[in-house]
Amino acid sequence: MLELQNISFHADDKDILKDISLKIDDKFVAITGPNGSGKSTLLKVIMGIITPTSGKVIFDGQDITDLPVNERANLGMSFAFQQPVRFKGLKVKDLLSIAAGKDVSKDCSYLRSVGLCPRDYLNREINDTLSGGEMKRIEIAMAAARGGKLSLFDEPEAGIDLWSFQSLIEVFENLRNITNGNILIISHQERILEIADKIIYLKDGMVDRYDESAKIMDDLNMRRRGGCDCAYGQKGVSCNG
Amino acid sequence: MDELEKRMLKEVAELDSLPVGAFNIRSNGASEARNSTANIQIESRESGDGINVYFKDGTKNESCHIPVIISKTGHKECVYNDFFVGSDCDVVIVAGCGISNCGGHDSQHDGIHTFHIGKNSKVKYIEKHYGEGTGTGKRLMNPTTVVYLEEGATMDMDTSQIAGINDTYRITKAELGANATLIMHDKILTNFDQTAKAEITVDLNGDGSVCDIVSRGVAKGESEQDVIIDISGNARCKGHAECDSIIMDKGVIVATPKLKATCVDASLIHEAAIGKIAGEQITKLMTLGLNEQEAEQKIIEGFLR
Repeated sequence: MLELQNISFHADDKDILKDISLKIDDKFVAITGPNGSGKSTLLKVIMGIITPTSGKVIFDGQDITDLPVNERANLGMSFAFQQPVRFKGLKVKDLLSIAAGKDVSKDCSYLRSVGLCPRDYLNREINDTLSGGEMKRIEIAMAAARGGKLSLFDEPEAGIDLWSFQSLIEVFENLRNITNGNILIISHQERILEIADKIIYLKDGMVDRYDESAKIMDDLNMRRRGGCDCAYGQKGVSCNG
Repeated sequence: MDELEKRMLKEVAELDSLPVGAFNIRSNGASEARNSTANIQIESRESGDGINVYFKDGTKNESCHIPVIISKTGHKECVYNDFFVGSDCDVVIVAGCGISNCGGHDSQHDGIHTFHIGKNSKVKYIEKHYGEGTGTGKRLMNPTTVVYLEEGATMDMDTSQIAGINDTYRITKAELGANATLIMHDKILTNFDQTAKAEITVDLNGDGSVCDIVSRGVAKGESEQDVIIDISGNARCKGHAECDSIIMDKGVIVATPKLKATCVDASLIHEAAIGKIAGEQITKLMTLGLNEQEAEQKIIEGFLR
C-alpha cells in the first residue's frame, strides 16, 4: 500500500533520514524510536509536507513523490499534527466539515468518538481558548472524519494529560476496529505500541528494526518498566515524558 | 426595483423580499419603500436628506431595516439617519449600502448615523458595505457612526466592508454612560489599489461602562488600510481594543491602538498584530484536501467572519 524507496533527507548539514526503504501493508503500524531519530520528518515526507532530498514515495502503486499535500489528501491520506494549528474565526464544525466533505453540523459522531460533546464544541472557534488537550482531540476527530486509505498520526499522546490518556487509547482501539483504511502512528506509548500490528523502530535516521509488535517490544524490552506507560521509562523510574 | 437592485439588496441586507417590521429602502437617492410599525416610527427629515427613526419605550424583539442601493453611475449623496431608541428596548437595526457602478463617473454614499440609546436598552446593529461593477468610476463610501449610550444601555455593532469599495473613510464615535456596554466587530477587506481608513473613538464616561472593540483587516494587492482605535477611560471602566490584520501581496496596514486614562479606576488594554497567513495554517487545510488558493480563501473567510 505504501512503499518508501531509498528516502533520504538532509537539512542544516545533518542527515535526518538516511536511505530509508520500507513497505507498509498492515492495518495499524506504529513508528517509535528515540527523540531526534527522524520519526516526524518521515511522516511529513509521506504526507508531502517535507520534500525528501532523494528517494521515492509510492502509494497504491503510484509514485507520489512530487504530488502536493492536497493531492495526496485527495488520494486518501490524512495527517494529524503533533501540535495542532489554531485559526482565528474558523470553527470546529468548519474544519470537520471540510475534513468529512459534508456538513457535520447535525452529525457529530466524530467529536463524540474523541470524548468531546458536539453541542459544546461544534461552534467553538479553533483559537487560543481551546486547551492543548482539546486541540489534540479535535485534530484526531478531523483525521477520523477524513477517513480514507491511510491516516497518519504524529504522536497524538504528546501534551495529553494522564486523565485524558486512557480515553485516547480507547479512541485508537476504536479507530483500529472501525476504520477501513490503514493507520500509521508515531508513538512512545506502550499501550498504543501493543495494539499495533507492526512496529518500525527508527534510530539515527535509519530503520533499526521493523517487525511484529510483540516481537519488537520483547526484543527491545519495551514492556512497562517505569512508573509510566512510556516504553522508554527506565526500570522503576518514570521518564516523566 | 430591478434585478440588479434586488441582488444588491440581498448582498447588503440579506433580503429576498420586503422585510418584516419597520423598513426604509433607499435607492438612488429616493425612498423606494417604507413601513413604520406601532412601536417604530420612520419619518423623513425636514431637510430631506435622511430619516429619523423613533423606537417607543419598551419595544422588544422588533427590527428595522434601512438598506441603501446606488446603481446609477455618478450618483453622490450625503444622508443623515438619526435613531432615537427609548428605554428598555431590545431591537435589531440592519443598515448597509451597496454600490453597483458600471459607468465612468464616481458613485458615492456618505451615511451619517447617530444613535441615541435610552436607559437599559439593547441594540444589535449590523452594517454591511459592498461594491461591484466594471466601470472606471469609483465606488466610494464614507460612513460615520455616532453612538450615545445612556445608563445600562448596550450596543452590539457588527460592521463590515467585504469587497468592491475603492476608498473609504469610516468614523465611529461612542460615548458611554454608567454601566453601558459597547461591543464592536469591524471587518475590512481591501484589494487592488483600494484604501480604507477607520477611526474608532470611544469615551468611557460612566462608572461600570465597558467596551470591547475588535477590528480585523485583510489587505491584498497593493491596497492600504489605516486603523486607529482610541479609547478614553474617564471613570471606573473597562476597555479592550484588538487590532488584528493579515497582509498579502504588497498590501500595507497601519494599526494604531491608543489608550488614555483620566481615572485611576479605568482598566484599559489594547492588542495589535499584523502578519501574513501562517504557512502551517495553509498546510493544515491542504491535508484536508484544499489547494493553496482554497486554503487561503477559507482562512480569510474565517478571519473576517
